[in-house]
This record gives sequence, C-alpha cells and structure tokens, in this order.
Amino acid sequence: MEMARTVTCYESDLNLKATELRLGLPGTDEPGKQPSAGIKSNKRAFNTVALQPDSEKGDQHSCSATKAQVVGWPPVQSYRKNVFQPKKVEAETAGIYVKVSMDGAPYLRKIDIKVYKSYPDLLSALEDMFKCTIGVYSEREGYDGSEYAPTYEDKDGDWMLVGDVPWEMFISSCKRLRIMKGSEAKGLGCL
Amino acid sequence: MMMNYFPDEVLEHVFNFLTSHKDRNAVSMVCKSWYRVERFSREKVFIGNCYAIDPERLISRFPRVRSLTLKGKPHFADFNLVPPDWGGFVYPWIEAMVKLGVHLEELRLKRMVVSDESLELLSRSFVSFKSLVLVSCEGFTTDGLAAIASNCRFLRELDLQENEIEDRRGHWLSCFPDSCTSLISLNFACLKGEVNLATLERLVARCHNLRSLRLNHVVPLDTLQKILGKAPQLVDLGAGAFVHDPDSETLNKLKNAIQKCTSIRSLSGFLEVAPCCLPAIYPMCLNLTSLNLSYAPGIHNNELIKLIRHCRKLQRLWILDVIGDKGLGVVASTCKELQELRVFPSDLYGVGNAAVTEEGLVAISAGCPKLNSVLYFCQQVTNAALITVAKNCPNFIRFRLCTLNPTIADPVTMQPLDEGFGAIVQSCKGLKRLSLSGLLTDQVFLYIGMYAEQLEMLSVAFAGGTDMGMLYVLNGCRKLKKLEIMDSPFGDVALLADIGKYETMRSLWMSSCEVTLGACKTIAKKMPRLNVEIIDEGDQMETSPDDRHRVEKMYLYRSLVGHRRDAPDFVRTL
Repeated sequence: MEMARTVTCYESDLNLKATELRLGLPGTDEPGKQPSAGIKSNKRAFNTVALQPDSEKGDQHSCSATKAQVVGWPPVQSYRKNVFQPKKVEAETAGIYVKVSMDGAPYLRKIDIKVYKSYPDLLSALEDMFKCTIGVYSEREGYDGSEYAPTYEDKDGDWMLVGDVPWEMFISSCKRLRIMKGSEAKGLGCL
Repeated sequence: MMMNYFPDEVLEHVFNFLTSHKDRNAVSMVCKSWYRVERFSREKVFIGNCYAIDPERLISRFPRVRSLTLKGKPHFADFNLVPPDWGGFVYPWIEAMVKLGVHLEELRLKRMVVSDESLELLSRSFVSFKSLVLVSCEGFTTDGLAAIASNCRFLRELDLQENEIEDRRGHWLSCFPDSCTSLISLNFACLKGEVNLATLERLVARCHNLRSLRLNHVVPLDTLQKILGKAPQLVDLGAGAFVHDPDSETLNKLKNAIQKCTSIRSLSGFLEVAPCCLPAIYPMCLNLTSLNLSYAPGIHNNELIKLIRHCRKLQRLWILDVIGDKGLGVVASTCKELQELRVFPSDLYGVGNAAVTEEGLVAISAGCPKLNSVLYFCQQVTNAALITVAKNCPNFIRFRLCTLNPTIADPVTMQPLDEGFGAIVQSCKGLKRLSLSGLLTDQVFLYIGMYAEQLEMLSVAFAGGTDMGMLYVLNGCRKLKKLEIMDSPFGDVALLADIGKYETMRSLWMSSCEVTLGACKTIAKKMPRLNVEIIDEGDQMETSPDDRHRVEKMYLYRSLVGHRRDAPDFVRTL
C-alpha cells in the first residue's frame, strides 16, 4: 500500500510523473473522470493511482471498477473490517461439491451446492441438468405426484428428503444427492 | 453577588444538579469561590484528549474525582491511519491515581492502549471500583479481564465494545467469585474465544440486577435460552450465535423464555444466525427502542424487512446496507420514532458496491420526523436528494455520509455535491457533526463556514480545491473543536492564517495534504500551548528534512502540559 503514496516533494526536480503508477494507457494524461475546475488532482487521487500494478487493463472508466484499497477509505473501523473478513475468505475459497445420481442415468454428476441460494434454486438446476421434473415440495406430501423426488445422504449416513430442513443446515449436512423415481420415494414422503 | 453569602454546602448541592461537563466547566469560571466549590465537588471528569493534561494536574484540581473518561488516539486511527504504538497509554493515569489516593469508581476509555498490567493494578487498587467501559481499545488479553473479575468485589459494569483483545484461553469468566452478585452490565461480544457456558449461566443466575448482557459468537442458542429463563429482567440483550433447528424443543423453550422477557428494549449481536430462527424474536421487537444488526451479515434482505415490520417503536437502528433502498422504505413507514440511523457497508473487500443509494436516505428523511443522527454508507448521492433530505430533516445533530467512491459526482447532473451538503448545513441549524464525501469543491466549505454555526466536528476527505476551502471553515465555524482532513489540497496558507484558532479547538489532523514541515515548525514555535506532532513512517527523517518538505501526517492539539514524553520514534514533536 505504500506504493500508493507518490512522495513528490521535489516534483519539479525529480519528474516523478514519468515513473508514476496509474491506470490507463500510456500516453493518456488524466484517465477516468475529468475533475471540474477548482479541484487539484491529489497525490493519492482515487482515480489515478493503480494499487495493483498488474491491472493495466486500460480501464479508463469510472473508478468504482478498481479494487482500490486506499488506506483510510471507506472509513470503516478496522475492528468492523476484521469481524467481516474471516467470513469473506471462507465464502470465497470453499465450495461444496457433491455427487448427484439419478435413477436410470448412466453416470453421475457433480455440483457445487454452495452456488445455490435456496431449494427452488437447486431444484430447478437439477431439473435442468437431468431433464426431469421434480415438482414442488410440500411438508405433508413431500414431492408426491412428481415423477422424481430429490433425496440426500446426510452426515449420519441416513437418506433424507430434500427440503425438510433449513437451507443452511442442508448445505452443511449434505454428502451426496440422489434423484429417486417418484414411485420409490413414496416411502419417504409419507412419514 | 447574592450567591457568595451561601455556604459552600449549598453551592455544592446546587452544582450537583449539573450533570454535563460543559455546565460544570462554565460554572467554575464564574468566580473564585464557585471555582473552588466546584472543583472539590466534581466527581465525574471527561478528558477528550489524554495528552491535553496530565494525571497529576488533573487530580490536584479535582481531588474527589470518582469517574474518569479518557480518549486517546485521534479518530482517524479507526481507519488505520495511525501506526501502532503511537500512544494513548492508560497505565500512567492509573499509576498516578493509585499514588495520589483517588477513590476511583468508574473508568471509561476510548481508543487507548490498555495493558494487562494496568488492568491488574486497577483491580487491586480501588476498593469501590464499579464500572469499566472500554471502547475501541487494545493491548490487553483475557488475563487482564481475569484480574478485574477476580479482584473488583463490587463490580457493576464490565462493558467491552469493539476492542482488540487477545484471547489467552484462560477462564476469565470463572474468575468472578461465587460471592459476586453485583453485576448490572456485562458485555463481552467482542471476545473471540470460548467461555465456560455453565459458569456464564451461574453468573447470570446469581446477578439479579443484571440489566444488560451482550454475548460473544461462541455462546449458542440453547445457552441463550437458559440465560433468558434466569434473567427475565434484562433490558439490553446481545445474542451470540442464533442458530438452531427451528423445529426443536430448544427453540420452543426460547420462545417461552422470550415471552417472559418483557423489559427488553435493546437488541444486538446475532453474530451468527440461521434466519429461520428469527421469528422467535418477533415478540421482542414490539417494544424495542434500539436495534443493532450491523454485525449480522447472515440476515438477508427479506428477513431483515420482515423483522423490522415488527419494530414500531424503534428509536435507534444500526444495520447493514443489505437492507437496500426498498428495505429502508419499510423502515420509513414502520419506525416513526426513529432518531438515529446507521447504515454500514457489507461488501468491504469487493469492488465496492453498496446496496443502498440516495433513495433510501430520502425515504427515511420523509418518513421519520424525529431523525437527528445519520451515518450512511452508499453507492452514490445526488444534490437533489440531499436538498430534499435537508428540507425534511432540519433537526440533524449528526450527519455523516460516505460514498464508497470518495470523489463521485452527482450521477445525474455530473456536478459536485457542494449544493447538496450546503443545503444540509443551511437547514440544520443545530448540526454538531458533519462528514463529507463525494466530489466537492471549495464552495461546500464556503457554505459550511457561513451556516454551520454549531459545528463541533468536521471530517473531510478528497475534497476542496484550494486553501480557501480550509480557510472558510476556520474563519466561519466558531464552535469547531475537531477538524480532520485527509487527501485534500490544503496547504500552508490555510494552516497558518489563524494559528490562535487552534487553541480554541481540541485537535487538528491533516494527512496527505499540502502542508509543509516549515509551516508546522512555525506553529510549534509561536504556540507553546500547542503540540505539533509529525508522524513519519518512511525514511523522510533520515534524508535531512527540508522545510519545504510536504508532511504526510500531522496531528496538532492543545495541551497544558507540553510535549508528551511517550512518543515513539516515528512521531516527532516539533
């Protein structure tokens, strides 16, 4: 982050402009918005400093596209930032891949269930992937009436009907998925 | 002077009714005898800058002090602009109070460095110590907390807000003796480590006067349920983890316990949350006056909205921007008693996309007639919106608006935001605190100097065009106490125009501006009662500093005790 501060105390002597890191194609003087009259471009001017030297993508548009992390902006307490950070890292790196089998299909698939936000989301993706109809979940009847019913193996090794528990709980306990034929699944739905 | 014929006891009795520091300070300046009576009867002292005075002088003026509030680092330290080890140590204060026989009962610290040694000394030295409140402090571990728990026999309040505390895996909570039943307030939400849950339950059970309890993220929902069962008298609750199978017996018990907690007015926490469990707290929402969900990223937009629909009596709301403009519309139509709103950004490491815009703020301003304090992080704002907000809310005391892009113009007109903020200061005649952001020229400062007569604190970043900007503020804002400026083109002309002004203020911070070392030296030379500190983290000092050298960070504050003796190497006091 220190490279963001171009210390140009002897600006006229050292011609630091020549070596200044910025966004934008070489040869352009003022990338991004032209500030209106009366505004000097500051030493750490938000839209002319590239904090990641490899991002020379020639992006001359609004600075909200930069991942600029100027120290002190946005003015959020570092305590607050630290509280949120661990979660962010977790969310970005871990994906939860589970095998999906469908009765009658010749091979299995694998999906990342973390990508989905809710049951309807997941089920429509499964319907899409396997070209089948799973239908709508109901607490009483399960997927009764549908051609297929989605089930999953949980941490304890039991086969459960998809949809009974809260989504977050499902994500953390699902080990694999199996799309059962409706007729076979009747047993699960009737409990 | 009639009052001079009253015996001191009468004067003292009258002064007891004055609760604010400002009033007591004013009273002490009336005449010598009032000064004398006031100083011997003052029990609560507030020191806004711990380096403005030293403990010996303080205690000699107020020998009967029982409650001390101290603030250390400058505000911008919150945003990593001040290097670690800058200062703000509380140890010398505690040491002095011990030596001079102060009967300390309350200590409130903000942005100070608190060591375990200081906590141990504190705990062993003051027999009637009752209340410790630490806000945004650092330097201590759970060992220090263990000392407080073990030794402060009459402890009523242990309130830890947003501190960086090293967890030593001790059992600090178990250090409260079985005989401790005096706790009224316990807040350990910022602790990262485990606590013994059985110990916690027993502690809560025996402290019948417990009013405020804020748990950390490791305390699970079933412990919460047991605690609520034992403490139905709670007024303020911070939930830890709020995750459970919604169809469980535990959740039913929780619902029953909540029914009995009819006094809860303030709710916070939910550091981990399963949204399906939230309906359990709806009964609590009806009477809530304060709700802080700004540390609950697990609650999504629609659940937030459902919850807020129950909160008709809310006066204070701290929330994440996941609520969105539409959600703020729901707040506006539901929370008619709302006085304070803070909307924090949830996406801190991404590309910087806030989920709220000026629309949300406008809705709130239209729907909440009692609104007087706002902190709002948003994607963008327009002059038109700010003008509307100003018209709707002439009663703002605090107004802080942060656009995620600090130099963004009005997206509709492409103009600077001068007119918008100008409208705010013109309309809100009682405005005491203001933070600006967005594209801003000297014009906004002209407005601030002209209209912001009650302004005490101003925060500026990436704003202004010439020295005139800063001059308008220094010349105009008679009540200015704290001015903090980053990345703005203000230089020596502005800095030196009226250096006497700085003695009327608590402090001035300027970083990444245009002020030079020479100008800072000038001030230091002419004003012995100002400390001018330069923070230099690079190697500027080694390469024989020239007075024309631009100063990266300057912190200037009035002080009655001269240069501080605990400044680290990178701080140079001129």
